[in-house]
Amino acid sequence: MTTSLADVASSNVTLRTFLHGLPGVDRVGADQRAAMLGTRSIKTTAKAEAIDLAIRMVDLTTLEGADTPGKVRAMCAKAVHPDPGDPSVPKVAAVCVYPDLVAQAVDALKGSGVKVASVATSFPSGRSSLDVKTTETAFAVAAGADEIDMVIDRGAFLAGDYVKVFEEIVAIKAACGAAHLKVILETGELSTYDNVRRASWLAMLAGGDFIKTSTGKVQPAATLPVTLIMLEAVRDFLATTGRKVGVKPAGGIRTTKDAVKMLVLVNETVGEGWLSPDWFRLGASTLLNDLLMQRQKMATGRYAGPDYFTLD
Amino acid sequence: MSKTERPSRARASAELAAEGPGERAQSRDSVRLAVRKTYKLYIGGAFPRSESGRSYVVTSSKGDFLANASKASRKDARDAVTAARKAFGGWSGATPYNRGQILYRVAEMLESRRAQFVAELSESGTKKAGEVVDAAVDRLVWYAGWADKIAAVTGSTNPVAGPYFNISSPEPTGVVAVVAPDEPLLGLISVIAPVIVTGNTCVVIASERAPLPSITLAEVLATSDLPAGVVNILTGSVKEIAPWLAAHMDVNALDLTGVGDENLAITCEEAAAENLKRVFRPTGADWSADPGTRRLTAFLETKTVWHPTGA
Repeated sequence: MTTSLADVASSNVTLRTFLHGLPGVDRVGADQRAAMLGTRSIKTTAKAEAIDLAIRMVDLTTLEGADTPGKVRAMCAKAVHPDPGDPSVPKVAAVCVYPDLVAQAVDALKGSGVKVASVATSFPSGRSSLDVKTTETAFAVAAGADEIDMVIDRGAFLAGDYVKVFEEIVAIKAACGAAHLKVILETGELSTYDNVRRASWLAMLAGGDFIKTSTGKVQPAATLPVTLIMLEAVRDFLATTGRKVGVKPAGGIRTTKDAVKMLVLVNETVGEGWLSPDWFRLGASTLLNDLLMQRQKMATGRYAGPDYFTLD
Repeated sequence: MSKTERPSRARASAELAAEGPGERAQSRDSVRLAVRKTYKLYIGGAFPRSESGRSYVVTSSKGDFLANASKASRKDARDAVTAARKAFGGWSGATPYNRGQILYRVAEMLESRRAQFVAELSESGTKKAGEVVDAAVDRLVWYAGWADKIAAVTGSTNPVAGPYFNISSPEPTGVVAVVAPDEPLLGLISVIAPVIVTGNTCVVIASERAPLPSITLAEVLATSDLPAGVVNILTGSVKEIAPWLAAHMDVNALDLTGVGDENLAITCEEAAAENLKRVFRPTGADWSADPGTRRLTAFLETKTVWHPTGA
C-alpha cells in the first residue's frame, strides 16, 4: 500500500494504481463471515439495549415522488416521539428527505436534536452535470440540512474514471460547508466486492464523513457482506490515515433481527467505537415500526401488532 | 403389439415369478427399510421444522411409536400469525364464490387421499375411520356451499326513518387463532372450514395427542389452490402455545374449542381481553351432528352502511 496518500489523487493513473493495489476481497470468505456473525443470539437485556441503540441510529427516510409537506411533518413527529405512548423510547438520529422538503423538516424538528439529512446530486441516479449537483447541494444546505447524502457517479466509476468520481466528491464536500457528507456508493450497481472496497476508499480519500451502501432504489441494497467490507475499509482507513469515517447501511433493513445483525457486525469488525449514532446509522423507513413492536413485546410480554403503530 | 403375443408373455412372466429368483426378490423386500415420514409444521404454505428444533413422540392408541411430530414454539406461533395476516387481504378480498370453489377443491383432494386418512385415523384410535373421513369430506362440502349464502342469511337491509338505504353485511374478523379439538380429522375440519369460508385466516393448534392427520391435512390444503397462509397448522403443546396466541395483539379472534383445561381457558380469555378479541368457547361438541351456522357467525362482524337513495 502506498505510504503517502496525499498525492494518490494527483492523476487517474496514480489513483487507479492505488485502488487496484488494494487487496482483493475473498467473496466466499466475506459471505461466510457475515453469515456466521448473523447467527449470534442476542437476548433479554442485551437485546433491549440493542433495540434502543438501533432506534437512536435510525435515519428515518422518505424518498418518494409522492412526498408531501404533511407527510414530512408526520414523519418528523414520529422521529421525535417514535412511540407517543411510551416516553422512554429514544429519538431517532435524523430524518432523510429530498432537498425541497428540507425546510419543512427543519421547521418541524427545531430544538428537538434530531438532525435533518437531505439527499442531493441528482439522487438516485446521479446523472447530471457537476454544476447542477453542487447547486442542489448548496440549496439543501441553505435550507438548513445538517447532513448531505450524495450519490457517486457509478457510470464513471465503472468506466475506470476514478478521478472524475474523486473530484466530484471533493466539489460536493466543498459545497456542503459545515454539513456532514455521506457518500452513497450504490453497491448494488458496483457488481463486485472488490469494487465496493475500492469505492469505499475512494470516497474516504475524497473527504466523505460517512460511506453509505445504497440509495434504497436498487436491489440488492444493504446486505451484510457489503456492510462488512465497508466496515473493514473504515477500520483500515483509520489505521492508515488517523481519520475516522462513519458507515450507513440503507435499504432492505426491515426487521429488528436485520438491525441487530448489523450491530453485531459493527462490534466484531470495528469495535465499540462505532456503536454510536455519530459513526453508524441505519437508513430505513419500515424498520422503526418493527423495532417499536419488538420493544413493546419486551416491555409487555406479549406480541405486538402493527395495528397499534403508525402507518407510514 | 398383436393380440396373440400377450398370453405367451404373461405366461412367461408367471413362470419366471414361480422360480427361485422370485423368492430372492421376496426376501429382499422383507429387509427393505420403511420410509418414515417427517411431520413438520405448516406455516405460510411451507412445511418448516419448528424454529426451536424440538419434536415429540406421537404414539398410537395402543402406545406404539408412530412418528415424531414437531413441537412448535411461541416463535413459530408468531411466524404463523404473520403469515396469516399477510394472507388476510387477498383471502378476505376474494369473492365468496371463489372461496367456496376452493373449499370444494379441498374436499376433492381430501376424498382422493381417503385411504391414507383412514389408515392414520385408525392408528390414532378413531373407530369407524372410514365413516369419519366421509363425514369430514361432507362437512367441507357443506361449509363450501355456505360461502356465497351466509351474507344473504345474516345480512339485512334495515328500515330507517330517512331517505336512505341502510344495509348490514357480515365481514370477516381477521386472523383467528384456533385450538383444534381432540378429534383428529372431523373435529379439525369442523373448526377450520367455518373460519376460512367467510374470509378469515387462521392459525390452528392441532390436537396434541393425535397431530399426524392434521399435518396430512396440511398436505391436502397445500395442493388445493388455497392461498399460502390462509391456514397455518402448529403441532405441539397447547398449554405452551395457546396463551401466546391469546395475548398476541395481531390476532383478532380466538376459538377455544379444543381447550379442555378450565384454568388454561380462563388464562386465554383474560389475555384475549387485552385487545378485545372475539372469543368462542363452545361447550360439549357432537361432531357428527348438524353443525348449524353458529361457527360461521362467531367470526363475523357486521358492517352497516348508509347510502342515499338519490333522486
